[in-house]
Amino acid sequence: MPPSSMIERPDVQVEGIARRFGGTAVFEDVWFNVGKGEFVCLVGHSGCGKTTILNILAGLDAPDDGSIIVSGKEITGPSLDRAVIFQSHALMPWMTAAQNVGFALSCRNPHWNRRMCEDAAREALGRVGLSHAADRKPAQLSGGMKQRVGIARALAIQPRILLMDEPFSALDALTRGALQEEVSRLVTDSGQTGFMITHDVDEAILLADRILLMSNGPGARIAEVVVNTLPRPRTRASLHHMPGYHALRDHVLDFLITRSREFVATNPPAGWSARAVPESRPVA
Amino acid sequence: MQQQVPFWRAAALSLLILAVFLGGWEAAIRAATTASGPPVDPEYAALMGQAAAQGGQTAMPAPSDIAKRLFELLRDPFYVRGPNDQGIGVQIAYSLLRVGAGFLLAAAIAIPLGFLIGMSPLLNAALNPFIQVLRPVSPLAWMPLALYSIKDSSISAVFVIFICSIWPMLLNTAFGVASVRREWMNVGRTLEAGPWRTATHIILPAAAPTIVTGMRISIGIAWLVIVAAEMLVGGTGIGYWVWNQWNNLSIADIVIAILMIGLVGLALDRLLGLLARAVAWAE
Ligand SMILES: Nc1ncnc2c1ncn2[C@@H]1O[C@H](COP(=O)(O)OP(=O)(O)OP(=O)(O)O)[C@@H](O)[C@H]1O
Ligand SMILES: [Mg+2]
Repeated sequence: MPPSSMIERPDVQVEGIARRFGGTAVFEDVWFNVGKGEFVCLVGHSGCGKTTILNILAGLDAPDDGSIIVSGKEITGPSLDRAVIFQSHALMPWMTAAQNVGFALSCRNPHWNRRMCEDAAREALGRVGLSHAADRKPAQLSGGMKQRVGIARALAIQPRILLMDEPFSALDALTRGALQEEVSRLVTDSGQTGFMITHDVDEAILLADRILLMSNGPGARIAEVVVNTLPRPRTRASLHHMPGYHALRDHVLDFLITRSREFVATNPPAGWSARAVPESRPVA
Repeated sequence: MQQQVPFWRAAALSLLILAVFLGGWEAAIRAATTASGPPVDPEYAALMGQAAAQGGQTAMPAPSDIAKRLFELLRDPFYVRGPNDQGIGVQIAYSLLRVGAGFLLAAAIAIPLGFLIGMSPLLNAALNPFIQVLRPVSPLAWMPLALYSIKDSSISAVFVIFICSIWPMLLNTAFGVASVRREWMNVGRTLEAGPWRTATHIILPAAAPTIVTGMRISIGIAWLVIVAAEMLVGGTGIGYWVWNQWNNLSIADIVIAILMIGLVGLALDRLLGLLARAVAWAE
């Protein structure tokens, strides 16, 4: 598991970004890194600007201040190296599941013929357990199946970095658990770098190496960084029996309930600085 | 909320209504001709000219007369005996040709232009005043200008079809393109799909149902307008034919023409309906 202090250059460097809409800053002075192969979750209250940050990382939106550096280069727009799993699955309703994935594959591999895209798309759908539904249109799929097609599409193009905006929030608990484990396995197997927004504290603890806690907007910041010390592999079933789980969970929940509100950037807690947000390792 | 009715029940009622209507019509004409012959209104006689003067017979045919005439016409619909005597099939073909030419020309311009307008808010705002002013103009108002500048009556009719069918396609394409979901566009952007790929794989299929609806409205309007346009320019076409039969006082032919115009219009609409079904998608 890659530790937070990387010797290598971090995969993603977020350097002092701010985004303003109509004069008021949603967030300001946001700094953080994501190491190569690391999985980072961003947690914060609704409206604090999480989706905006993810869109900026994806290159779909641009910050008003600061910059994003990926593999040493400042980004200027979207890239096939940074795949996005959208909250609303964002499948094209006129394409079948296989065509949706195949379209992504044909963008990634312009020299591939239709047959190769089709075969690779079916294989990708097979990896998320959807072989039987490959020829169905999104309208004929359940919410969980659509989400899985979205995941298959993002994973099929083998991005170096996977950006996920609350990918499981619309699902029932059972489907969510299964998909979380699938994504966790697929991402760790391929050594991809992961960045996920979530509202679900257990999900963050299950998947993340580090959890970024965002204060409330407007003018939100990264208030704390929590290092997940629970050893891998972690499973949904075993998670809450692990020593240290409750301390970790209580720490994040306390932040969401009280500290996110009390954080004032002009009068931050001792030791806090925007460029080097202190890391905490809650232990029992 | 409408309930589904069995097809045969609706069809049976349709046939009944038709039978009652035609039967009543037939009986009314029979009654009028067996009675001493209709009184000729002087104004009517003046309007009818020689036809009314020739005989006291009513010019209004019974359905049986129309059926006989229809049989005659359809036995050889495509004959050509000189420029002023051609079969009804030939006339409809001329009209379809003009509608087809004007409509396709309009589509070839409206769909790409609508694409640009839908993509660019600037272009949309800049062209909107022109579209808003030109769209409500009756296509026939263009006719004199077309005749003057084109100097060919047949091409003028095509131009009138062009001008009347361009607006629904232009507006629908622009609207359809402008309302492509941002999330789909974002998918294309994160996949680094180029402008051409984005246009053909995302925007076009997303907007296709709206575009085809515009095409369907356009072809309906075009078919309405062609009859009037051909009445004005004359020469060939079903509109001209109707006008010619009016001058000959062949009411039976006029009724047949109305029927034919209706059937062809229905067929055109069904054709576009098939296209609409082919490009439809459900969420
Ligand atoms: N295009 C925009 N124009 C104006 N304001 C915007 C725009 N996009 C986002 N905002 C504002 O920015 C703030 C942050 O939005 P964002 O969607 O990033 O929140 P979020 O943290 O993802 O919330 P949630 O958890 O509910 O998804 C909100 O107050 C929102 O109203
Ligand atoms: Mg959001």
